Amino acid sequence: MNYVVTIGLEVHAQLLTQSKMFCSCSARYIGKEPNTNTCPVCLGLPGALPVINQQGVADTILTALALNCQIAPLTKFDRKNYFYPDLPKGYQISQFDLPLSHDGWLEVVVDGITHRCGITRVHLEEDTGTMHHAGDVLQEASSSLIDLNRCGVPLMEIVGEPDIPTPEVAREYLVRLRQILMYIGVNDGNLEEGSFRCDANISLKPAGESGLGTKVEVKNMNSFRAVQKALEFEIARQTDILNSGGTVLQETRGWVEGKSATVSQRSKEHAHDYRYFPEPDLPPMEFDAPFLATMKAKLPELPAALSQRFCEQYGLTAYEAAVLSATRDDAQTFEELVAEKIPAKVAATWLMGDVARLANEHRVPVRESGLQTTGLGVLLKLVVDNAINGSTAKELLAEFYVQGGDVAAAVRDRGLAQVSDENALVKVVDEAIAGNPRACEDFRGGKDSALQSLVGSVMKATRGRADAKMVTQLLRDRLRG
Amino acid sequence: MNWATTTIGECARALRDGTTTPHELLTESLARIEATNGELNAFLALSPDRAHEQATKAAERLQKEGSSASPLCGVPVAIKDVLCTEGIETTAGSKILQGFIPPYTSTAVQRLIDAGAIVVGKTNCDEFAMGSSNENSAYGPVSNPWDTTRVPGGSSGGSAAAVAAGTVTFSLGTDTGGSIRQPAALCGVVGMKPTYGRVSRYGVVALASSLDQVGPFTQTVEDCAMVYGAIAGHDPRDSTSSPSAVDDPLITLRRGVEGLRLGVPKEYFGEGLDSGVKATVEKALQQLESLGAKLVEVSLPTTDVGLSTYYIIMPAECSSNLARYDGVRFGHCAPQSSLTATYMTSRDEGFGPETKRRLMLGTYALSSGYYDAYYRKAQKVRTLVAEDFSRVFRDVDALVCPTSPVVAFPKGDRSDPYSMYLCDVLTIPVNLAGLPGLSLPCGFVDGLPVGLQVIGPRFADNLVLQVAYAYEQSTAWHKERSPIASAVAS
Amino acid sequence: MTSAMTLSPADIDHLAMLARLGLTSNERGIIASQLDNILDHVSTLSKVDTAHVDETARVTELVDVWRDDVMAPSFLVDVALRNAPQRDGQYFKVGAIQE
Repeated sequence: MNYVVTIGLEVHAQLLTQSKMFCSCSARYIGKEPNTNTCPVCLGLPGALPVINQQGVADTILTALALNCQIAPLTKFDRKNYFYPDLPKGYQISQFDLPLSHDGWLEVVVDGITHRCGITRVHLEEDTGTMHHAGDVLQEASSSLIDLNRCGVPLMEIVGEPDIPTPEVAREYLVRLRQILMYIGVNDGNLEEGSFRCDANISLKPAGESGLGTKVEVKNMNSFRAVQKALEFEIARQTDILNSGGTVLQETRGWVEGKSATVSQRSKEHAHDYRYFPEPDLPPMEFDAPFLATMKAKLPELPAALSQRFCEQYGLTAYEAAVLSATRDDAQTFEELVAEKIPAKVAATWLMGDVARLANEHRVPVRESGLQTTGLGVLLKLVVDNAINGSTAKELLAEFYVQGGDVAAAVRDRGLAQVSDENALVKVVDEAIAGNPRACEDFRGGKDSALQSLVGSVMKATRGRADAKMVTQLLRDRLRG
Repeated sequence: MNWATTTIGECARALRDGTTTPHELLTESLARIEATNGELNAFLALSPDRAHEQATKAAERLQKEGSSASPLCGVPVAIKDVLCTEGIETTAGSKILQGFIPPYTSTAVQRLIDAGAIVVGKTNCDEFAMGSSNENSAYGPVSNPWDTTRVPGGSSGGSAAAVAAGTVTFSLGTDTGGSIRQPAALCGVVGMKPTYGRVSRYGVVALASSLDQVGPFTQTVEDCAMVYGAIAGHDPRDSTSSPSAVDDPLITLRRGVEGLRLGVPKEYFGEGLDSGVKATVEKALQQLESLGAKLVEVSLPTTDVGLSTYYIIMPAECSSNLARYDGVRFGHCAPQSSLTATYMTSRDEGFGPETKRRLMLGTYALSSGYYDAYYRKAQKVRTLVAEDFSRVFRDVDALVCPTSPVVAFPKGDRSDPYSMYLCDVLTIPVNLAGLPGLSLPCGFVDGLPVGLQVIGPRFADNLVLQVAYAYEQSTAWHKERSPIASAVAS
Repeated sequence: MTSAMTLSPADIDHLAMLARLGLTSNERGIIASQLDNILDHVSTLSKVDTAHVDETARVTELVDVWRDDVMAPSFLVDVALRNAPQRDGQYFKVGAIQE
């Protein structure tokens, strides 16, 4: 039987503020000694009170705008009440019935088809602490250790509509969402460290039937690949159950990477009743039109728009445009080179080729390398002006990428300038012809590839500086002549 | 000199003219606590070492700053045990916080310390400020200095009794539904609940966040104005604290009541009001009239549903505020074989019966299926209660009425929870609307003090003090001392 | 909401679990009747007409109360852990999570 798959995604993304959401402790907790990043507020001490971090609110509004959401004119925080050792106050300050924003969307393209994925809401809350369990499995641990360094870090919850049809679209949605958050500078997109976390829900129903199937929640996926695999696994699992006449259990399942499977997380069910009510310690927030206009003005050009502009303005292919707008830094580097009169195609070829390889090899993007974007610009300008040839440029790029330095001076000092003076080259070409009679014969006999060894010998004689195009032309002229 | 009957003003003068020193006041205060606490149980913890350090600093300041020093400089104060004090055990009257040493100090207390006041110790109270008799303290009840077989009122019973017994010159309490004004009335002292948002709640163990407010207990209205002036003001750590400026209450204190329109809410004189209390308060109203005030009968029709509204909103917020007492980071912990069992046992052992009752009630009011009928409904009625006051304040400057429907009752007299809740029926509406309210002595019934309550519009705290001062200065009730205060003083 | 509202033992058990209060069965019985009594009194609320009334969650008129995103020093770890009933090194500790 054919089933219709419905997937909804819920993303939690930490904001990159300096301080926590409701207190002045640092929001940067990774790598800190346990419980060295706390105060009365985030420890939930008796009498401590929260104070809203304005930057957290601004970042969430920026995110909501980037995701085409409506911003609520009046919003407030609520308390979500439940007990757990990583939640010191016994409630999480979150948002319930008046979230900061609602009704947005994000478009993704998979296999040439554009999917507009609905976004129910983007709201703001606080992160919990972290727990370490003695033993591998939570249920079997004899004790748990609690670190509250992360507790209170601003956390956005981005709730997607259950309208995603396939695991591929789900994955692409997450890739694009993460890209946008990083573009607007509110999140570092680190799935492994958990600054960008995703839960999914998925249901299947027979094609043609109305309503929704039983919803299964899937957690513990800490890579995009894991999300896709977990959802594919669930589709197979639920299809099997339904095909054999069974019913899918409404439950929460965890993705276990080692088993490549989802596993039921059933624990003794305490009926959840979060007893939300308005946080009495925090006055509500109101956003007027001028404030929202200011926020909109802060919104940078987003990847989809940028990518399209690159195609139209610079004649790049869709693929080139997508690669060059992958991050805001990448896009900026490209446009800075173009501004230095490097033709777009040349800049694109180099950025996607040798520069990308070096960036990967040294784990440092060109903007932060010793060479810097300006150095790369100088180098490419020499190429464009025919002042050096391609292989010299590649060698210089590799040499100067990390250490930096004056590329133009090196070309001058070392005499690396390309030799494109015909008179000078004719002499060397004639020497090469004289020194390689066999190759000349082969070429004349119709073996075109024999020309390469002759070019090589000219390049060797000029220490790589000869204009290869001109050398080839001269060789052909003289051998045929 | 007999310090037991002195006011802040008298202490301040004596400290400046060299008649006494901060150390002498402190030593005497500690001695009086020592002499009375066995009988009163007003204090849970003393901090003599820190107090002596503060006294030394106060003495230096008095020498250096002289008359420009705060009038509170060098004057001993007691703090209700729900206000966090760095390094001094803070239990909120609960076993669950036994041994808890806060690593920080509440803003209100810090302001007193900054003014030079000497923190002598922490006073007993109903557990987490829940009660009207101080019988809900895990550390035993407090006795009323006027009759030690009777309750001092609550929940700030220890703070009220400490001042009434002359052990300290003033004290701080908290008022969520009457917890300052009612014990002030029952102990024959002045007690004030400022406008919600006037005094920072930072560092105050929360009962109901939208209702709680810190305020002073003093022997006179002038003292009350001084302490209020010292603790009021914006605190960036409390987002509900008002950023508006606090005018010096002493400037307007002596302006009298002539020409003021004082509303007398008729619902506050109805069923349940003790006839002796009624007669005493009516006499006080005549006194105000004779001072030139115009008495106007007004109606606050939501008075009778105020109590019900309160007993939904307060426990609802309380059930959330008290979730942090889970035995993980502080407080009582009774480890069991599972996390849930540990939570349940720790909290069962740590909380007393009234606290458990309110946690259950508040959990119920917020729970799925009942939220609309209880919590949301109560929030709506709360709007009507506040509107009632707004309406009458378009016609009158302030309201005058009884604080408590009864005088101090014998310990153990009100074992039924609801009968205890009725103690606060005349004080609760003020908290629901966030208004300033003050209770001051206005006479006696069978030798027990009666309190007159003055209520003002939001942020009219100074006017409330002005009305109270006019009445007080035209009578001698504030000069009456409890038998315990008199015995210690002689 | 009617004045005849009574809480069943199951209701009380559910509330005790939500509030994490391990009451004895005797206590549960007493609390049930006390809550019934209180709820009976509270039921007067249902008689108030609130059809066109807004809810009051806070009595202040304040809005947009926030702070700048500025860091301040945190507690030293020993201060943070000073009141902990159970600790393990620099961590707070709880026993088995096992439900």
